[in-house]
Amino acid sequence: MFGRLAAQRLNEIRTAIRRTTQASRSFSTALNYHIDTPDNKPDLPWEFNNANKEKVKEILSFYPSNYKQSAVIPLLDLAQQQNGGWLPVSAMNAVAKVIEVAPIRVYEVATFYTMFNRTKVGKYHLLVCGTTPCMIRGSRGIEEAILKHLGVKRNEVTKDGLFSVGEMECMGCCVNAPMMTVADYSNGSEGYAYNYYEDLTPKKAVEIVEAFRKGEKPPRGTQNPGRVNCGPEGGNTTLLGEPKAPPCRDLDAAE
Amino acid sequence: MGLGLLASRALRSSRIIRNSTRTIVSTPELKNADAAAAAAAADAPSDLPKRNPVGGARVHIPNPDDVIEVFVDGYPVKIPKGMTVLQACEIAGVDIPRFCYHSRLSIAGNCRMCLVEVEKSPKPVASCAMPALPGMKIKTDTPIAKKAREGVMEFLLMNHPLDCPICDQGGECDLQDQSMAFGSDRGRFTEMKRSVVDKNLGPLVKTVMTRCIQCTRCVRFASEVAGVEDLGMLGRGSGEEIGTYVEKLMTSELSGNVIDICPVGALTSKPFAFKARNWELKGTESIDVTDAVGSNIRIDSRGPEVMRVVPRLNEDINEEWISDKTRFFYDGLKRQRLNDPMIRGADGRFQAVSWRDALAIVAEVMHQIKPEEIVGVAGKLSDAESMMALKDLLNKMGSNNIFCEGNGMRPNADLRSGYIMNTSISGLEKADAFLLVGTQPRVEAAMVNARIRKTVKATNAKVGYVGPAADFNYDHEHLGTDPQTLVEIAKGSHPFSSALKNAKNPVIIVGAGVFDRDDKDAVFAAVDTIAKNNNVVRPDWNGLNVLLLNAAQAAALDLGLVPESDKCIDSAKFVYLMGADDVNLDKLPDDAFVVYQGHHGDRGVYRANVILPASAFTEKEGIYENTEGCAQITLPAVPTVGDARDDWKIVRALSEVAGVGLPYDSLGAIRSRIKTVAPNLLEVDERQPATFSTSLRPEVSQKVSATPFTPAVENFYMTDAITRASKIMAQCSALLKK
Repeated sequence: MFGRLAAQRLNEIRTAIRRTTQASRSFSTALNYHIDTPDNKPDLPWEFNNANKEKVKEILSFYPSNYKQSAVIPLLDLAQQQNGGWLPVSAMNAVAKVIEVAPIRVYEVATFYTMFNRTKVGKYHLLVCGTTPCMIRGSRGIEEAILKHLGVKRNEVTKDGLFSVGEMECMGCCVNAPMMTVADYSNGSEGYAYNYYEDLTPKKAVEIVEAFRKGEKPPRGTQNPGRVNCGPEGGNTTLLGEPKAPPCRDLDAAE
Repeated sequence: MGLGLLASRALRSSRIIRNSTRTIVSTPELKNADAAAAAAAADAPSDLPKRNPVGGARVHIPNPDDVIEVFVDGYPVKIPKGMTVLQACEIAGVDIPRFCYHSRLSIAGNCRMCLVEVEKSPKPVASCAMPALPGMKIKTDTPIAKKAREGVMEFLLMNHPLDCPICDQGGECDLQDQSMAFGSDRGRFTEMKRSVVDKNLGPLVKTVMTRCIQCTRCVRFASEVAGVEDLGMLGRGSGEEIGTYVEKLMTSELSGNVIDICPVGALTSKPFAFKARNWELKGTESIDVTDAVGSNIRIDSRGPEVMRVVPRLNEDINEEWISDKTRFFYDGLKRQRLNDPMIRGADGRFQAVSWRDALAIVAEVMHQIKPEEIVGVAGKLSDAESMMALKDLLNKMGSNNIFCEGNGMRPNADLRSGYIMNTSISGLEKADAFLLVGTQPRVEAAMVNARIRKTVKATNAKVGYVGPAADFNYDHEHLGTDPQTLVEIAKGSHPFSSALKNAKNPVIIVGAGVFDRDDKDAVFAAVDTIAKNNNVVRPDWNGLNVLLLNAAQAAALDLGLVPESDKCIDSAKFVYLMGADDVNLDKLPDDAFVVYQGHHGDRGVYRANVILPASAFTEKEGIYENTEGCAQITLPAVPTVGDARDDWKIVRALSEVAGVGLPYDSLGAIRSRIKTVAPNLLEVDERQPATFSTSLRPEVSQKVSATPFTPAVENFYMTDAITRASKIMAQCSALLKK
């Protein structure tokens, strides 16, 4: 009786502790080990499709024939595009076969890079930048808005399989913070797109998501109509004149 | 505790003791490393005491022009070009702490524990990965080096659990030792430590992955030495972990070695888990007898029990690895042991009797039987002394029908070069082409296979294999399954003969399984022709080898255990099995009297009329000769069980009861007897090369048959009485069959 009570209490304490510590460990996808699921098993067949087989040949031609393993990252990327944005273990095995290495050498690469998704993602994988400049400009609110709108948690796929939301680190777009990236896997590797949507507000972000749902392709780049690319709102304020030629010593006088 | 609270605490404390900010370094002079370094440089010692290289490290300088001189802590050291800073320090007698560096594996340089200061280098350098340059001034004992090590150690301990009291590595843990020697006495890490899911690597290796410090030694061992690319480094940053990604067991015959190379308790022995602490164990330096390699082992025992087996360094035989069979068969020593002399009664059941009665009955029966109907069979695990005694006893009884199982019924003991590994195991590294005939070294002699693999990896040596389909962990060419292929190679019509011809140091290895073939003479004749045509045997190189299967085989042939008739079993009326369990007794007449002398109730016991219990190799001193003709001695590690006695003593006692007393009463005396027969057996740890080549063999008229070669070892894990009694080996073979 007391034993059970104590165990229960211990469990409560444990979960309480875990909640606080696990929050700091949020990786882009999945665990560092594989668990068999019906759609992700080593014995499922997986092959590059015919169009991509040509691309595989082209990628391999970039590398010396005795250094085929150098092609591991481009091939994994191609496999991910073909497979709707994620890499099942059988796709990694297929890549290992192409570059003639042991599968574990491919798993090592795929687990190292966070942009290789080893669990299912939506057709539109939305990655909200979480690095400091975007965070200061409100990326937390944007992520919250999208998650609330879609009714999912981070790294979860919506029921219709269209969307998933993840976090990523700085994409070098801080001047237009906050931003998010949309990896579009809806048309395989041919229609694959990887676009930035910048100057977001929570409302704007939800609008973009809705546009994607309707099958539209909203224009990429800054979402602030007053700005052109990363230029300031309302036109340039500095460097308005013709730039001066670079200063140079008087070569004639020197002679 | 929230972060804010922590931060405010930190702030408060720093406000109170502003002048003495908390520092990690333990000694005051380390707090200001640069100043202390300058002070140390000013009063450098003028005459330095002598230092000895670490672990007896020796410098081998192949080319005198390539010698460079470096200074380690002021000591000048001469080393060959290409050595690393760490190796130079070892030769100078300075032990550099390290985790990821292992002399037999490739250099990773990722643990950073081996940081040293090098003059004119702006930062401490990782000595394991830095080549030593001429005139380099290396400093291993300066405040900068010490501070660097303390810092690295702090990072390593950050995520390492504090579970030393329940860790099997405790007491022999590199991390424990080095954190004592080089670490700080306090840590600053207050956050939660990470935890990692344990991996299932099979029945031999236990994993506690949270303890892993990511040195990647196991990953490198698996892919470089064992040849199984199963382990890898997964993830990145603080989430990094060692694993197989997919659920996979480590299917290697060398997997147990990752236990030894793991510097922490992440990979430990599963059968040994929580059984003993290493400081309670008594180590006995002995020899492995489960195959013919004679790997050097240390038997760790506590009281009467063998607790574990670990390898000993022997560069010429097993380097510092041993096979899984050698490492984990020891639990077989505790099961199915024969501990009392027994006689089979009329009802077919065994009854324990006294030694006096048992020996009297054996002696009586022996005298009633015609001498030519007496047969003696020495088992796989017999030592030279007992085989000598048994042969002398049977000869005194008038019989010369004695043989050792595995050698076949028509063994050729005349030419020593015809049954040993003439190249020697370490000599295989010089080879550049291999022809394996009817042998699967991976299961027959895992350590020889590791050597071949090492050579193939280093020199891209070609390997041709004739035999049944087999599992290899290096590139090889399967030339055929029957001896006809050998004839083709001998004629030069086979594509592989050009590879042999072009090789500088070709090696031919014939498996001992060939001894049991009817056309064995023809097979050896074909091999001899190949050797002659390809210059395999030269004054400076002997590449013609036989790879034996059992520990007793070489010594048995040296001692001349050759039966007079190859049909002696068919007409035998009295058979003396000395630990022989795998000899074929199907043709033995039903009325034959069988004595089984041995330590395990195994196959030999089923047919026995009398059982004489003997001690196992861990309980006695005995000479074993390995496949390369090197004699080595086992030492008793534990007392024997029950009423068992050493093999040669039983035979000696029986001779007394039978009235044909043998003229030796001690190990020394029996060894002087051996000296008159095979003096090489007494030159322990020396290789006595065979003096005559096999070219002296008589002409053979026999033709090779078309019968394909058969595997000599069906199950790597179960080859003899001890391994068949082992539970761990049974688990391994169950996995093998899956």
